[in-house]
Amino acid sequence: MTVTLRLGHLYSEAMNVYGDRGNVIALQRRSEARGIPLEVHRVGVEEELDLSGLDILLVGGGQDGEQMRVAADLASKGEQVRLAVDAGMPMLAVCGGFQLFGTKYVDEGGAELTGIGVFDMVTRHPGGRTNRCVGNVVLDTPFGEVVGFENHGGRTFLGPGQQPFGTVQHGSGNNTKDHTEGARRLNAIGTYLHGSLLPKNPKVTDFLLNQALQRKTGEQVELERLDDSVELAAHRRAVEVAKRRR
Amino acid sequence: MDLRFTIAVLAGKAAAVISRRLGRGGTALPGLVATRIASDLVSRLGLQVPRRVLVTGTNGKTTTSQIVASVLNAEGLTYLHNREGSNMVRGFASTLLQQTGPRGKLRHHDVGLFETDEATMPAAVGALAPNVIAFTNILRDQLDRYGEVDTVAQIWREALAEASPDSTLVLNADDPLVASLGSDWKGPTHYFGVDSPALVADVASPGDVRWCSRCGSPLSYEQRYFAHVGKWACSGCGNRRPALDTVVTDLETGLDESTFRIDGETLSIPIAGAYNIYNAAAATAIARVLGVAPGAIADGIERVEPAFGRQELVQLEGRRLRLLLGKNPAGTDQLLTFLASLDGKVTPLRVAVLLNDRFADSRDVSWIWDVNFEVLAARVGTCWAGGERAEDMALRLKYAGWPGATKVVRTPAALLDSLVSDCDEGTDVFVLPTYTAMLDLRAELVRRGAAQPYWERAQ
Repeated sequence: MTVTLRLGHLYSEAMNVYGDRGNVIALQRRSEARGIPLEVHRVGVEEELDLSGLDILLVGGGQDGEQMRVAADLASKGEQVRLAVDAGMPMLAVCGGFQLFGTKYVDEGGAELTGIGVFDMVTRHPGGRTNRCVGNVVLDTPFGEVVGFENHGGRTFLGPGQQPFGTVQHGSGNNTKDHTEGARRLNAIGTYLHGSLLPKNPKVTDFLLNQALQRKTGEQVELERLDDSVELAAHRRAVEVAKRRR
Repeated sequence: MDLRFTIAVLAGKAAAVISRRLGRGGTALPGLVATRIASDLVSRLGLQVPRRVLVTGTNGKTTTSQIVASVLNAEGLTYLHNREGSNMVRGFASTLLQQTGPRGKLRHHDVGLFETDEATMPAAVGALAPNVIAFTNILRDQLDRYGEVDTVAQIWREALAEASPDSTLVLNADDPLVASLGSDWKGPTHYFGVDSPALVADVASPGDVRWCSRCGSPLSYEQRYFAHVGKWACSGCGNRRPALDTVVTDLETGLDESTFRIDGETLSIPIAGAYNIYNAAAATAIARVLGVAPGAIADGIERVEPAFGRQELVQLEGRRLRLLLGKNPAGTDQLLTFLASLDGKVTPLRVAVLLNDRFADSRDVSWIWDVNFEVLAARVGTCWAGGERAEDMALRLKYAGWPGATKVVRTPAALLDSLVSDCDEGTDVFVLPTYTAMLDLRAELVRRGAAQPYWERAQ
């Protein structure tokens, strides 16, 4: 199979605060380990996004100031992103990127920022820095146990029909109350978790790669199994730490 | 003198004795006890020192202070200096108490040198009314603790808006956010910076300052050294790196020392790593503001000893361990750039990377994915991953392409055993620990008689 996967890294300069690069590296290494090259295309603010030429889309988290700039730009790309999600394109939106994938974001002053509505959800910032949700998180997800680290001020509430990414076992999750974490629509995943997310959760990484390959080739794909002992040791250790410290 | 203050001094001194008996460094406890009793203790003691210098910023505080201390020595000035790990207000109190008599009179020192945690800077400025406030840089660090770079800069701006303009600000002109602190400042400023292509890192770590603080247009770089630090200019308005009062040029680096020029004079510093040049530049700027003679500045820089855990050389059963504290992406990238520069001088490279996730390290270990460990992929011979999150580090090194079978050794004792059994006598091993991993490792080195406890090291 001579395929090259093309990963779009949206706002790689503006939204890269929490080790988002780790997610790119994990996709790249695990793709290359199967003999499938993976090219990274960086798309910045005011640059054209052409999803028809991409197989996976990634967007990370940014500083508050950057997030405002990005929100305006993302609005112009929203329609295309929504259509691609509905057509089954695999995506991962982390933290700030995840918030902007919702319907709206209400900041501490009550000002509203319109999101692109990939996920049916609203995020509200309760104000202040004191009550941020910070810490290690363990989730139950359709991919099995997922581990990561959250650091967010905003509280996200999913709409009635909106599926979460997972259920919180340890940590705060979307809003500290309903035990949901993240959101999922078809092959698009939104989450607050970094850590980075993909290196320590190879099943999620392989899900994104698998979906990308199936869409690209139009065939059922079974990814070659890899030696994941190092990945799983890091996963287990992170879970241990999450369980021991709140 | 009021009773509360006297009791605070005595209680603090008693706590120091107890803490020392218990074999702890005693850096924080006495100050904690004393400031609980008298909250103005730091002011009342600190203001007895005629000239006070505050050093803050993400990276380089300790080494900059260490160089300033050496320069003050060379000038024949006496100073007091808060020690490692005590850069919060209670740490200042502990340092001051050590030099205070039972009646609350501080022994005479010409200069007080205070390293200050970024978030403590406002309280420190308020308590000490410093003559000099020096800012080294502001970089991505411990987002779970300090918040974003913008948040830290905002805290500093608010503190400076209330500070007396009698202070001189010493500012890293190459860091656009630090440099911007000078534009609103009503008092004197002194800018330092570097003009040397040798400082450009192999791969730039992510920068967190991308926009002009005046007009919001994107910044561009004639030379970008690391993160967002370099020779910058705004693409929109005329804002650019300010004119330099202290400028470093002609940088050359080796395994144990670097040479460079400041205003035409060649200097050498016995601490390697291009990044330490910024610390030398900051220290020179501070010394100049204090009026130290050029000869003493050169002598002080030449005689400086590395601060503990920063390029500290420790002999362990004939192996040379070089401890290089790496606690955030920009700092660790600079260490890797330094190691890459040793290509051909030290082969093969033996490198241990130790990752802890305690409060002082950053509980979030995501930051290791921002570090360009990839630059050493083809250069490392043997590697170890250690610390409480050794498994995360092993995974990072695997994906960075470091040689297979990274040895995972979580405890300092197991790491040292492995280093001794896997390396021949006379070899160099570079150890890159996070902050508490460095403390743990040093404690084990002390236990084995290879290093001195930090509170017994001469200042």
